[in-house]
Amino acid sequence: MGSHLLSWMTFLPLAGAVLVLLVPRSRKELMKWVALISTLPSLGISVYLLTQFNFSSSSFQFVEKGLWIPAFNIHYYMGVDGLSMPMVFLTTLLVTICIIASWRIDTGLKGYLALFLMLETGMLGVFEALDFFLFYVFWEVGLFPMYFIIGIWGGPRKEYAAIKFFLYTLFGSVFMLLSMLYMYFTTNPHTFDLTVLMQSAAGYPLRIQMILFAAFYIAFSIKVPVFPFHTWLPDAHVEAPTAGSVILAGILLKMGTYGLLRFNYQLLPDATRAAAYFLAVMGTINIVYGALVAMAQTDFKKLVAYSSISHMGYVLLGIASLTDQGIIGGTMQMFNHGVITAMLFLIVGVIYDRVHHRDLNRFGGLASAMPLYAGITSIAFFAGMGLPGLNGFISEALTFLGAFKIYKILTIISATGVVLTAGYMLWTMERVFLGPLNEAYKGIKEISAREMLCLVPLAVIVVFLGIYPTPLIDLMKATLIAIKGGVLGF
Amino acid sequence: MSEHSLQTLLVIIPLLPMAGFIINRFFGRRLGERAVSLIGPGVVGLAFLLSVIVIVSLSLSGEERLVAYVLPWMHVGQFQVDFAYVLDHLSAVMLLVVTGVGFLIHVYSIGYMHGDKSYHVYFSYLNLFVFMMLTLVMAENVLLMFLGWEGVGLCSYLLIGFWFEEWERARAGMKAFVVNRVGDFGFLLGILLLFWTSWELGHPTLSFHSLEEIVTRMSPPVITIICLLLFVGATGKSAQIPLYVWLPDAMAGPTPVSALIHAATMVTAGVYMVARLNFMYSLSPTASLVVAAVGALTAFYAGTMGVVATGIKKVLAYSTISQLGYMFLGVGVGAYVDGMFHLTTHAFFKALLFLGAGSVMHAMADEEDIMKMGGLRKYIPYTYWVFLFGALALAGVPPFAGFFSKDEILLKTFAQGHYVLYAIGLAGAFVTAFYTFRLVFLTFHGEERFDHHKVHPHESPWVMIVPMMILAVLSLIGGAVLGFPHHSLMEGYLEELFRYEVHAEGAPAGLLMLVSTVVALSGIGLAGYVYLLRPELPSRIAERFKGLYSLLWNKYWVDEIYQALFVNGALGLARSLARFDLGVVDFLVNFSARFTVLVSRFSGWFDLKGVDGAVNAIASATEGAGDGVRRVQTGVLQNYLLIFILGVACIVAYKIFFGG
Repeated sequence: MGSHLLSWMTFLPLAGAVLVLLVPRSRKELMKWVALISTLPSLGISVYLLTQFNFSSSSFQFVEKGLWIPAFNIHYYMGVDGLSMPMVFLTTLLVTICIIASWRIDTGLKGYLALFLMLETGMLGVFEALDFFLFYVFWEVGLFPMYFIIGIWGGPRKEYAAIKFFLYTLFGSVFMLLSMLYMYFTTNPHTFDLTVLMQSAAGYPLRIQMILFAAFYIAFSIKVPVFPFHTWLPDAHVEAPTAGSVILAGILLKMGTYGLLRFNYQLLPDATRAAAYFLAVMGTINIVYGALVAMAQTDFKKLVAYSSISHMGYVLLGIASLTDQGIIGGTMQMFNHGVITAMLFLIVGVIYDRVHHRDLNRFGGLASAMPLYAGITSIAFFAGMGLPGLNGFISEALTFLGAFKIYKILTIISATGVVLTAGYMLWTMERVFLGPLNEAYKGIKEISAREMLCLVPLAVIVVFLGIYPTPLIDLMKATLIAIKGGVLGF
Repeated sequence: MSEHSLQTLLVIIPLLPMAGFIINRFFGRRLGERAVSLIGPGVVGLAFLLSVIVIVSLSLSGEERLVAYVLPWMHVGQFQVDFAYVLDHLSAVMLLVVTGVGFLIHVYSIGYMHGDKSYHVYFSYLNLFVFMMLTLVMAENVLLMFLGWEGVGLCSYLLIGFWFEEWERARAGMKAFVVNRVGDFGFLLGILLLFWTSWELGHPTLSFHSLEEIVTRMSPPVITIICLLLFVGATGKSAQIPLYVWLPDAMAGPTPVSALIHAATMVTAGVYMVARLNFMYSLSPTASLVVAAVGALTAFYAGTMGVVATGIKKVLAYSTISQLGYMFLGVGVGAYVDGMFHLTTHAFFKALLFLGAGSVMHAMADEEDIMKMGGLRKYIPYTYWVFLFGALALAGVPPFAGFFSKDEILLKTFAQGHYVLYAIGLAGAFVTAFYTFRLVFLTFHGEERFDHHKVHPHESPWVMIVPMMILAVLSLIGGAVLGFPHHSLMEGYLEELFRYEVHAEGAPAGLLMLVSTVVALSGIGLAGYVYLLRPELPSRIAERFKGLYSLLWNKYWVDEIYQALFVNGALGLARSLARFDLGVVDFLVNFSARFTVLVSRFSGWFDLKGVDGAVNAIASATEGAGDGVRRVQTGVLQNYLLIFILGVACIVAYKIFFGG
């Protein structure tokens, strides 16, 4: 491919960040428009790539490869497949939405916008990189901006949250780095090329594979996050600004499960088979534990954060089943949850901007004052509850279906999550929207056009994919069935 | 008509109310009440007409079944589920009930909801409900049925809590949803097991039509488990023991909603599901017996609570639970035709009774307590007469509709040798007749117990009366027309579908009919004696049997028990886990962070500054210091990079010097 579309898509936001930095500090409106406009080409390219994507192929597409650091045989090697393509699209979409959602940010606007654009480059790179070293660079490039976004534009305990987020992820990446270096040095010739490693790494004895698996697992399970490594997430979410939470839950968490599929599954098939049951158990714990802890929250944002933990459990449970339905359902859940949770965090942001608190016990009756807001919120909530006809159901149903074939008991336990989720979601709806309107919020402003502009596209995806998920299924099918086949050894 | 055009028409039937939903929801406010009144009921009326056309055309064409594929839904591996609608004789019956009764209730709502500030929203939800219900009954496969199943639950939630400004109504909606979710938990597992069992037999499917073939090859214990799991879902949706608790509370919704959703259609979904899967339930005597027993017990049990309830809608709610019990008794003993028959007649007379109750409340300024009514007969004569028709049908007095259908169920129960269930059913019938006429007498007869200064009873507008009159006629003749004993219309229409249908050969049909009639009449007689002739008796009886009365009045304390056990249990668990999360998991994280820092400091292995940065940062964070921005930018990160690069360098060096 001579067009270098992936590179354009990945680095145009970075160029945008430079442009934003060049805008004079006083020209805030201009700054925002520059940022917004510089996210659009990437979004356009990712949509274009979707139309050009070969749905029947399981191999990497739009590949770009060039030698980068010859001394260490490091390549600039990018490509996407059915696993990464949906996430690439979601990333470009959410970043654009985040810029719109951040329109009212005032302090340090320039840095904020530049960081978001940098973040986009990092995230896209993570999903595209096919050379481990490159992957690692993008992984860290994605880490820094988020650290600053939480640490500078966050809430009262922003520093604690930011450092916790940062050190925790860092702690995990060290393990990833070590195992990658081990693989680098044990292949001959030494290489970071993932497509090569996918062929050769499978040759490790099970014992070695298990050690490498454990190291990768620590790195990625922190990111997902999987119990018990999850406590950084509620803190990070509570302190992060709205757009930061959207990206955090919508994209960054998915890097964890993406890593599991890309590294653990594709590099270490024997260990994956051996550890599948463990992954399913962890998924089950996440689903039930996350839902129960969410139920006890009184902070709206914390509740959504724990619901993320619960919903990410479906991904684990699904992919652990190593069935067509499970692995596709679980991976779809990455996309679907990304959309739903982005909506949920935007929704929390809308109300927080108006009343400056998130205490669920201090709302009440807002549906009378903000019917439009209540309406769009209920779409997100019902999708989160897995109501059929909305996208969350598709991935949950496929996950359960695939998991039930292999893990009967775990699936039954996980399915209680269906009841628990309905419980805390509806209870939240009730506490925020129903009942008599709280006197304090008599004159509260209805959701604005700009806020709707952020939410409506996501709601459309929620409904569309709930009724007609075929495009997304087809997009992922070939790749994921190949990944599953690789793990199972055929 | 060609098959293709019939298929198109079939798909248009559910799309009509869907269109109504979209138009009313998004443009209703701008369109105004008149336009909404035209569109809302109009789309359902059109759907009814279209249903009649398609059903008749199908019969004329000689085909049994019409399948219309709309969209592929989920195609993953061997799991293939489509958006597809099926019309056969069973879904035809439901189609007519849903759109027909549904249309009448929509029309009634024009009067009942007149002037409500969310008039258009109300009609949009009602339209959406009809769409979901049609999807449920015409679903080609179990999963699409589940979509409809959840969809009607959603509409039920939205409409119960329609007047959400009042806490009680909002909470009732939530209770309905969550209790139903408990049922769905079972339903979902049933679907999963069903699919994988069919997969093991080499034909993975969730399509009803293919399943009919495959279930015969499944092992009986598995069939029993699947049937029971699916039935858990049915106890939720159709309000049976132990998940009936949401239905009485659901009366918080507007009364036409109670008529349509919580009496005529949605709550019968569980019965319909069992009838739809009759080929499977018939293969499991155990599961069928459970269905029948739960049905019979619920029929009696719910009736007993109806005896003391004083809300006009509450009494009807208990009677709905009880009548649904009869339907389950019917399908449980293998009398699927009769179960569907009772479902149909019940849709007529119970919708009528609810609309009648709505008309009474309309007349009484929204008063629901029958203790504050009495003597309303002369103020609202039309309402009285239609209500009386409905009551006679409910009580099972010949020749009203409910008599035929209920009697058939009891007859088949007896004929199958389930004498205990028969006795329970008969006892339930007595209770039904009693509480129904207690309701009639307390509302329309006797002394006027309302405050004449505050309430001025007045008859409802024609737009409400006419639908009730049509339903009254159906309640009178519906039973005899559809189900006059010995190869009735209903039986002839449905028998092809139910190949395991039981028959009542050898049972003393005439005698049992007589018994039923006597039981119904004596129930009415007792109610008349107690509430008309000796109005001072009820309170004396309540005084005398204080324990029993309080047991019934408090609904056996089941709500309280569930609250303490499940709701508080789940909340308690949630709260302790949240404490555990913060106090143990997170504590360990912070602790190990500090521990690491301490160790590093003492051992001096790392750059002191780097550690210091971390310590400072953590410390300042805990103290909540404000101006950390600068430190964040300059402190930890650089040091992190340093450590990171040093680490990499160490490994590389190690590798270079010690082989690799």
